[in-house]
Amino acid sequence: MDCFTIDDLNLYYGGFHALKNINLEIEAGKITSFIGPSGCGKSSLLKTLNRMNDLVEDCRLTGSIELFGEDIYKDMDVNTLRKRVGMVFQKSNLFPMSIYDNIAFGPRTHGVKAKYALDEIVENSLRSAALWDEVKDRLKKPALALSGGQQQRLCIARALAISPEVLLMDEPTSALDPISTGKIEELVLTLKKDYSIIMVTHNMQQATRISDKTAFFLFGEVIEYNNTDRLFSLPQDKRTEDYITGRFG
Amino acid sequence: MRSKFDEQLVVLNNSLIEMGAMIESAITKATKALEEQDIDLANEVIRGDLLVDEKEKDIENQCMRILMSQQPVARDLRQISTALKIITDMERIGDQAADISEICTYIADQIYIKKLEHIPEMAMATIKMVTQSIDAFVRRDLDLALEVIAYDDVVDDLFIQIKKDLIELVHQDADKGEQAFDLMQIAKYYERIGDHATNIAEWVAYSITGEHVN
Repeated sequence: MDCFTIDDLNLYYGGFHALKNINLEIEAGKITSFIGPSGCGKSSLLKTLNRMNDLVEDCRLTGSIELFGEDIYKDMDVNTLRKRVGMVFQKSNLFPMSIYDNIAFGPRTHGVKAKYALDEIVENSLRSAALWDEVKDRLKKPALALSGGQQQRLCIARALAISPEVLLMDEPTSALDPISTGKIEELVLTLKKDYSIIMVTHNMQQATRISDKTAFFLFGEVIEYNNTDRLFSLPQDKRTEDYITGRFG
Repeated sequence: MRSKFDEQLVVLNNSLIEMGAMIESAITKATKALEEQDIDLANEVIRGDLLVDEKEKDIENQCMRILMSQQPVARDLRQISTALKIITDMERIGDQAADISEICTYIADQIYIKKLEHIPEMAMATIKMVTQSIDAFVRRDLDLALEVIAYDDVVDDLFIQIKKDLIELVHQDADKGEQAFDLMQIAKYYERIGDHATNIAEWVAYSITGEHVN
């Protein structure tokens, strides 16, 4: 089953044609990586998947994107979309609040008020993000006092708190040390059981370690989309091979 | 980044060519020692095998360093893993040349029970296979690798011919049995060298196409 079906998608920032005729079917319950040199359109595509580009002036889009069969630009309210499609960014962007309140923020916005319900969501989200044991005794402490790796896992916990179906991750480990990176990667692998994950990464070893499928982008086009093992062992397009073996980029 | 990597690959290829030259020379000398019953030359091959072993270790270290520092993918990864696989076969070829030389020292003072005809032919054929399989790796030449794989039949046919001839000789005169057995073993070593060269060529084909040869 596909979580996202992208059909003939074109995206323009003013006169700049950022995404060209993208056709992708992204499988549910899998980890999909987007790779490619800077400026190739991978983050732009990720942002169109939860309509982050709506906020960008002069941004225009043609084609369609369906989330489990529903057109996200026609049939869906943007708040509903963002509840169903969570996002984690390159740098953690926590609120200057306690650990607890950071996680409870989303559910509260969506109308959850009861303390016992919020407590449960906070604990479950932190457990899912493999952070519970490290912070359970200081939930009321400022989130910004956590280490970089913990902050990024808290961002993941916050994204999970609203029970999304899909998790978008834009270079989630690029600012982290190898140990924190390893923890996030393990976490992503465990989250695959319950969520569909789409990740932009510049770390190709990371793509090979954790993703099931990989799409290679260049100049706004998807050059190759295949099982990760296949793409990294026997790429079909010379441009993919040249990029992954470091011959350009 | 890539230029350093390309440099490492050139050094690796050169090392493989050197190791290939070492084992070709070992087969050539072992064959000459056998033909001319030259114990000194045979001992030279036996001693030289240590250098082949060292070369294998050196190439292994180079591959490990490249894997660690470059984390290669796609055809680069196949090239390094192929190098790691084929040096084992190359090292075994070196061993077999030394084994031939050792038997050669046992029978150097005996009159041969038959004129050596097919054994030198086998030697020529295996040297050709070894040279071409390494060439195929360095030049990424799939056709040449496939040619080597097919050529193993020539070596196998020669082995069968030698076996028949030796059985016939022993039938005629049982006293010839001991040396016949030594010569049979030598032929078997050449036949194994052909098999190792075939393995090398199969890995080379894999490194080029990404698919294993059936």
